Amino acid sequence: MTLLTLDALTVRRGQCPVVDGVSLTVAAGEFVGLLGPNGAGKTSLMRGALGLLPHEGGSSLAALPPNARARAAAWLPQARTVAWPVSVETLVALGRTPHLDGRPGPADRAAVDRALARMGLDAYRNRDATALSGGEQARVLIARALAQETPLLMADEPIAGLDPAAQIRTMEVFARLAREGHGVVAALHDLGLAARFCTRLVMLAGGRKVADGAPEDVLTEANLRTVFGLYAHVERTADGLVVQALGVTG
Amino acid sequence: MKVLAPLAVLVALLFAASLLIGPADLTPGQSLAALFGGGGASEAMVLVMREIRLPRALLGLLVGGALGLSGAAMQGFLRNPLAEPGLIGVTGAAALGAVLALQTGAALAFALALPLAALAGAACAVGLILLLAGPRGSTLTLILAGIAVSALAGALTALVLNLSPNPYAATEMMFWLMGSLADRSMQHVWLAAPPILLGCAALLRLGRGLDALTLGEDAAAAMGIRPTRLRITLILGTAAAVGAATAVAGAIGFVGLVVPHLLRRAVGARPSALLPASALGGAAMVLAADIAVRLIAPARDLQLGVLTSLVGAPLFLHLIWRSRRDEA
Repeated sequence: MTLLTLDALTVRRGQCPVVDGVSLTVAAGEFVGLLGPNGAGKTSLMRGALGLLPHEGGSSLAALPPNARARAAAWLPQARTVAWPVSVETLVALGRTPHLDGRPGPADRAAVDRALARMGLDAYRNRDATALSGGEQARVLIARALAQETPLLMADEPIAGLDPAAQIRTMEVFARLAREGHGVVAALHDLGLAARFCTRLVMLAGGRKVADGAPEDVLTEANLRTVFGLYAHVERTADGLVVQALGVTG
Repeated sequence: MKVLAPLAVLVALLFAASLLIGPADLTPGQSLAALFGGGGASEAMVLVMREIRLPRALLGLLVGGALGLSGAAMQGFLRNPLAEPGLIGVTGAAALGAVLALQTGAALAFALALPLAALAGAACAVGLILLLAGPRGSTLTLILAGIAVSALAGALTALVLNLSPNPYAATEMMFWLMGSLADRSMQHVWLAAPPILLGCAALLRLGRGLDALTLGEDAAAAMGIRPTRLRITLILGTAAAVGAATAVAGAIGFVGLVVPHLLRRAVGARPSALLPASALGGAAMVLAADIAVRLIAPARDLQLGVLTSLVGAPLFLHLIWRSRRDEA
């Protein structure tokens, strides 16, 4: 089942296209890693696809009315904003906003419980969300997006600032979501983790899609050199694809 | 829920106290008999209760509720605990309208000339704000437009005071600007109640959107909140509630700022829960201050706005002090 279809999506900042004619489909069961150097258009691509930025071309999500869209896709922005000292449980429950019709019911509470359990946050339930460490806050915000229980989850650098174990655990949560039949699109900077956990990678450069396919087909030494300016060690091992950047070219 | 019930009881008690306390020496029994038209009440007593104390208590309820609620909504929308309802310039513009009515003598033409002029001032401010920060403006544009409108209204008010024909007129304007509920009639209630109630109804519906804004504008929009609709409802609701409140009671400071602050922890900081709590809290604060004005200096005509600021500012300092200690 297709969860997202982009048809020549273009997002302009002023006159300059920051996303330039990207076509893409994301199906259920896929964990798509969005790769590209800073300024490649990863964030603009996702925000344009969600209809949060004015755009040209087609996006199946942006075409939906706001509430239907919020039930089709959850969005985890890069900025980790928690404006008020609410409890972790209250914050995660905000993810139920598009499903609410009045007060939260048992189904909403169950979704919040599942999201907290998935992110290992049961013990944090009654803590003040603004008093947590940056990494804990990031996990709480991911739990909020999970509580939305949408077919598609889009996340902008969800593992930035997490410790290595938390990064791996988060990638495992996303991979499991995909195996359970959700779709996940995440902008990532960690090439090694992207190679190991994503089912598919899309590489952007200068707003254009330059590669799209299985990790071993996208993370080639040639692509890493031309897109990122890196030379890297890429090896297929028993544990899967291992990518380690070694240095900067030129 | 834990907070709303006690607050509602407190408001009910203060409302009753407001009805029973005043310079006319009436026993509670006489007061109630006069109010509800029971036997044994003289015509004077009925007049005091129905035309002086009842409108005063009702206005305390309405004005306080409007200020508390719009303060909570504004803080939730801007995600800033320092925001207050006057931020969008409506209070200043309403005050300017009132001062102009006093200056030109239009206030003497008929009983409601002054509040109507104040409402017109508030409406002009809203028009200007919507023009500047309406459908496509950002939050920052709204704040800046509010500051600009407030500054302009403040400057024009100062100009009117400056050019006032005699010291007596200037004093009258100054007193009006301080805010008071004394000597208001049921006509004032009928004028202010519809816009205040409509504005409050609009603001109370914003809870879901304000909650979602806790996660930032982008996340809220992606959760199905329509940012433009939210912003315009907030502006119109606040303008109706605060514009009408200022039109009948003058500029009563600090209620919209302090009340949401005081109650935030008690409701678990959720913006939607803070809305009804702040409406009740605002009503309680204004009713209590209005009772205090009558008790402290019945003969000196102490103005309500002066008292709320006198109490509000130290309270605010205390809150800052406490939050500083929490952070340390």
